[in-house]
Amino acid sequence: MLLEMQDLCVRFASRAGDVQAVRGLSLSMAEGELLGLAGESGSGKTTAAMAIPRLLPRNATVAGGRILFDGEDLLAKGEPEMEALRWKAISVVFQGAMNALNPVQRVGSQIAEAILHHEAATGRDEARRRVEELFELVGIPAARSASYPHEFSGGMRQRAMIAMALACKPRLVIADEPITALDVMIQAQILNLIKRLCSELGLSMILISHDLSVIAETCDRVAIMYAGRLVETGGAREVFESPAHPYTAALLGAFPNVNKERVFVAGIPGNPPSLIEPPRGCGFYERCARRSPGCDEAEPASVDLGGGHVAACPLARGGSR
Amino acid sequence: MSDKLLEVRDLLVRYESRRGPFRKPSAVRAVDGLSFDLRRGEVLAVVGESGCGKTTLGKAITRLVGASGGSILFDGRDLLKVEGSELRRMCGCFQTIFQDPYESLDPRQSIFDIVAEPLLIHREASSEAELRARVHAALEAAGLHPAEEMARRYPHMLSGGQRQRVSIAAAMILEPELIVADEPVSMLDVSIRAEIIRLMLELRERNRLTYLFITHDLSLAWMIADRIMVLYLGKLVEIGGADEVIHGALHPYTQALVSVIPVPEARSRSGQILLKGETPSPIDVPPGCRFRARCWKCAELGGPAICAEREPEPLPAGEGRLVACHFAGTHL
Ligand SMILES: Nc1ncnc2c1ncn2[C@@H]1O[C@H](COP(=O)(O)OP(=O)(O)O)[C@@H](O)[C@H]1O
Ligand SMILES: Nc1ncnc2c1ncn2[C@@H]1O[C@H](COP(=O)(O)OP(=O)(O)O)[C@@H](O)[C@H]1O
Ligand SMILES: [Mg+2]
Ligand SMILES: [Mg+2]
Repeated sequence: MLLEMQDLCVRFASRAGDVQAVRGLSLSMAEGELLGLAGESGSGKTTAAMAIPRLLPRNATVAGGRILFDGEDLLAKGEPEMEALRWKAISVVFQGAMNALNPVQRVGSQIAEAILHHEAATGRDEARRRVEELFELVGIPAARSASYPHEFSGGMRQRAMIAMALACKPRLVIADEPITALDVMIQAQILNLIKRLCSELGLSMILISHDLSVIAETCDRVAIMYAGRLVETGGAREVFESPAHPYTAALLGAFPNVNKERVFVAGIPGNPPSLIEPPRGCGFYERCARRSPGCDEAEPASVDLGGGHVAACPLARGGSR
Repeated sequence: MSDKLLEVRDLLVRYESRRGPFRKPSAVRAVDGLSFDLRRGEVLAVVGESGCGKTTLGKAITRLVGASGGSILFDGRDLLKVEGSELRRMCGCFQTIFQDPYESLDPRQSIFDIVAEPLLIHREASSEAELRARVHAALEAAGLHPAEEMARRYPHMLSGGQRQRVSIAAAMILEPELIVADEPVSMLDVSIRAEIIRLMLELRERNRLTYLFITHDLSLAWMIADRIMVLYLGKLVEIGGADEVIHGALHPYTQALVSVIPVPEARSRSGQILLKGETPSPIDVPPGCRFRARCWKCAELGGPAICAEREPEPLPAGEGRLVACHFAGTHL
């Protein structure tokens, strides 16, 4: 396994109390895999993923767990060791970063600087050559590296951010909502790029999205979070064809599907629970149409459905639908 | 009563724009000669990539931006020509629901004040008691229970879904005939979108509403609309029944958009038509067909001269459909 997250807990200090954003998350990922991390907003996707390169906000505390990367616990490393891993082993395409490029600096030189910063041994010319290669790799003409961010369209800026994440040849890239807020056609272009990069470079990637259909089309495996916990994980085909957790099934049912009959989607009435005083039992209890007494008393045990398909719901065993 | 609520003809909306301090001001042709009918009681979805003029169209109809040409006939009168008290009265008939329930509600106003405001502006309530009763009824109708308690709250105390319900209540309170809904659920989590849309459709039944439903999401448009109109650079590309447009698109642009609609199924996509680049700017609209530079079909046909020379007009293409392409036809 390239990555093994074991029982990760992350809390945020806030005025209203501690927010238990990630509550005992276990996940693993093989080298070369494209893993989709899905769930509605606030479910803890960003927090869980940013715990890996240890780029959490100041008010966050990792309250427990281990994150093994290549067998070594990242949470046990000192900051200098961690800094040596960032960008070179694990890099991030931050959500919205494409809009945070420095407006008065050429895009290419921003990426070259990142390379120089992280690889002290590289010379300026070498860095510039690398940027041009990276641009070609992500589908931007090399000559455009002299452009300023405002001369780029949204899609090109996102391509540039992906180029930047690839600059130091990482093994794992975490892309946080990389296509949210882009137009449908550009979304399709970027997803195709991501798929191509993963297969051509043998890259491992965690693709975070609130949009299940995006994950369905792109990823090999999927992990679905709700209220800070993993509710279901497995191969994309298994999970999307036979969702075992009522939340996964309900969320899937909330997306219109133009390949199927034209029916009105159901949605999921209600709201996620507070994470300041999270429920003792299943986080989805309040909104679950298939709950039974007792579901709210203890955390549901994970049911292993074979082939890496796991769901945290007692109904999973019966092959729920 | 005509079955047409609005007849939009050759509508033009231009924004003056200055790109760079030394450039001459140039006109952004945001809506560039658009004609269509809005039928009474229908949901007409307006789709297309960002910048194609959807929001501008909605604003022109509700007179939030001025038009530079054309006409919008409503009950036989040209909306673009009415002024003063008549305009105010008409505005009551047309309401808008915006995308961002966080921005569109004034954080300093209570929910009561937000929903009551249209009634006060239009002097529609004859007494304090009537005002109260109507606001509470509107909140209940929008699914905000208990209304009296919700009315006392402020926007920041509500969830995104609840805020959008407040926008709906405020839009409905004058009992309008037309609602322009501009991406009303795009900011909401998928799990709560369905409830908001269902509410909007229920209110249509109850209040005999017509919707101009603006969205970039084709699968959502397909699910809720009676008809879909596709725009490109301010012009009509294709219009027709929702199912026909999605499953039998005739214009190469619509065909490309449909081919990339995400579906919640794990299977590798075949037949995706990926258009290169992004929508060009509506400032320098090329002659001929404005979609030409990105058109896969034009390329496939070896760049026919007519595409560069003549702008294709929307022409009838079967039952209730119009398509603006010299080479309109089904897929490949
Ligand atoms: N810096 C922070 N301070 C306090 N709470 C936070 C902070 N960042 C995130 N949260 C809370 O943690 C939970 C998980 O957030 P996040 O990981 O951003 O979810 P997602 O990425 O799935 O939308 C949410 O309840 C969110 O409000
Ligand atoms: N206030 C404005 N001033 C100048 N240009 C504008 C303004 N509003 C919109 N535009 C331009 O008009 C075109 C259409 O915009 P809009 O109606 O917002 O499209 P859509 O809603 O389909 O994304 C775009 O090119 C946009 O940049
Ligand atoms: Mg997030
Ligand atoms: Mg818009």
